[in-house]
Parts: sequence; C-alpha cells; structure tokens
Amino acid sequence: MHIPDGFIDIPTSAGAALLTMAGLGVTLKAAKNKLDERSAPLIGLVAVFIFAVQMLNFPVAAGTSGHLLGGALAVVLVGPYAATLALTVVLLIQGLLFADGGLTALGLNIFNMGFVGVWVSYGIFVLIYKLLARFGSNKTSVVIASAIASFISVPAAASAFVFEYWIGGVATYSTTTVLGAMVGTHILIGIGEAVITFLTISAVISTRKDLVYGANKVKTKSAKS
Amino acid sequence: MIEKANRKFYLISLLVSIGLAGIVSYYASSSPDGLEKVAGDIGFIETAKDHTLDNSALADYGVAGIENERLSVGIAGIVGVIATGALMYLIVKFISRKKK
Repeated sequence: MHIPDGFIDIPTSAGAALLTMAGLGVTLKAAKNKLDERSAPLIGLVAVFIFAVQMLNFPVAAGTSGHLLGGALAVVLVGPYAATLALTVVLLIQGLLFADGGLTALGLNIFNMGFVGVWVSYGIFVLIYKLLARFGSNKTSVVIASAIASFISVPAAASAFVFEYWIGGVATYSTTTVLGAMVGTHILIGIGEAVITFLTISAVISTRKDLVYGANKVKTKSAKS
Repeated sequence: MIEKANRKFYLISLLVSIGLAGIVSYYASSSPDGLEKVAGDIGFIETAKDHTLDNSALADYGVAGIENERLSVGIAGIVGVIATGALMYLIVKFISRKKK
C-alpha cells in the first residue's frame, strides 16, 4: 500500500502533503487534550507493534501479498487522534529509514493510511459497536466491531489511492480499471487485516480491558460489562 | 510513575513486537503487495521511480553488508522498532510539554 515516487504527479503529491500537514496540526492539538499518563506509553507500544506487524507480509492470492495497515487496531486501542500520530510515525520511519514509500509520496501515504484508514475505521467501529452493545456483552461487541472496521478500512485506503490516481496519476490507464483491481485485491487483504485485528484486540481486551479506548471511551446505550 | 501491572503488560507487548520484527519477519511473504501487484498487472508500475534512499544502510529492511538474510532483516526490524518507539516517545513528550 506504500506509494512509491512516480505514481502520482508532484502537484497532487504536494497538495496531499499540505493537507496532511494541516491535518496533523489539528491532530496534535486534539491528541494533546486527550493524552493522560495512562495512554501515553500505550501510543508508543501501538506504533511499535504496527511497525513490527507491517513487516509481516502474508500471501493473499497467487503472487500477491498484503500487510496490516493498523488503522482500526490503533483506533480501538488508543482512539483516532493518537492512532493517526502512531501511523504517521510508522510511515515516517519506513520512508526515511527503510526506503519504503516514496519521499514525495509521504503526504499521500500518511493521508491514505493515517487519516482515511484511521477515520473510516473509527466511524465504522463506533457505528457497529453501538449497535452490537445493545444485544451482546461489551467485550464481544468491541472485538467484532474492530474486525469489521479493519476489514472495510483496507479497501477504503486503497480507494483513496485510486482517487489520487484519478486526480494526478502519471500513467494514463483508465481509473475504472485501477479502481476495480485495487478494491478487489484489497478486499482480500482486508480479510487478513481483520484476522490480525481480531486476534490482537481479543488478546488485549481479555487481559487489560481497562486499557482499550474502544471499550471505555466510546459511549453506548446499554453496554453490559 | 508506571503502575506495576501496566509495566508487565508494556514489557510483554514490547517483547512481542521485537520478536515479530526481529525473528518472524524473516518468514514474511516476499510477493509484491496489493498496490505493487495491481501496478504491475495494469502497467503503471513503469512510472515508479527508485526510492531516493535506495542505497541507504537499511533500505528495503536489510542491513547493508550483512549477507545472512535472517540476521540482516532481523537487525533491521529491531532497529525499526527502536526508531519507531523513540520517535513516538519524542512526539508524545513534545505534546505533553506544551500542555503546561
């Protein structure tokens, strides 16, 4: 999912970089207000865990692999603002230290994975969680909602790339063709994303439910604990 | 101060991350990822440029000069874990400082 240099033209990349910087300004401010002694170390651990798991490409179809994006995982553990910061740090380290993700595409990559992936996850998570919490236990609702949110966040982030390709793609292949292929492939990768997110959130929530943002900070109507 | 129960949880999750980046990463699939595969199939991979830092010491998750593949990716992974943790720590430190 890391866009290299050359896929998207410079004006579009620069536009995305400016938009991303503005978004990060807002995010830093919002995260500052929500940060407490409890969540601060957790954000670091989430960033580190996402970096590690992103190295673990899993095979999805003949000759194709995918890796965790981590937006939903981070949202459920530390909330959307801290999640964006964690993803941004991961992408900076990957681009600057490991030559993964082009430098001119850094804004695009942070936009797609750090903002689109995170906020789509947050929206879907809150929606499904509130719905499920009316019927089931709080823990189960969190775990199922995070799996669904993570599944959808992957084709969503892939679609953000297609949008950027439509605006400023250097190549001239049809956007519809790119959209079909990107969404199709990333639905498969989304299944892997959902499995990893499901397992991780299950493990954390069964031992330390108190540390899970999604289980404590998102209000539900009749959550049973 | 970090409470004792938290310290244990933090330590375990850090060790899991180090294990994944330092050991399990060797077994990761080396097939192109979704975007790269689609770009190759459709053809727009042609416009991709080499990364500016392609010749850097840790490019592509390997340590330049270390022949042993397992060691090379493992060390790169652990360096990445430390760098990610350090940068995140600095940012969190920076925003909590501004609070006062």
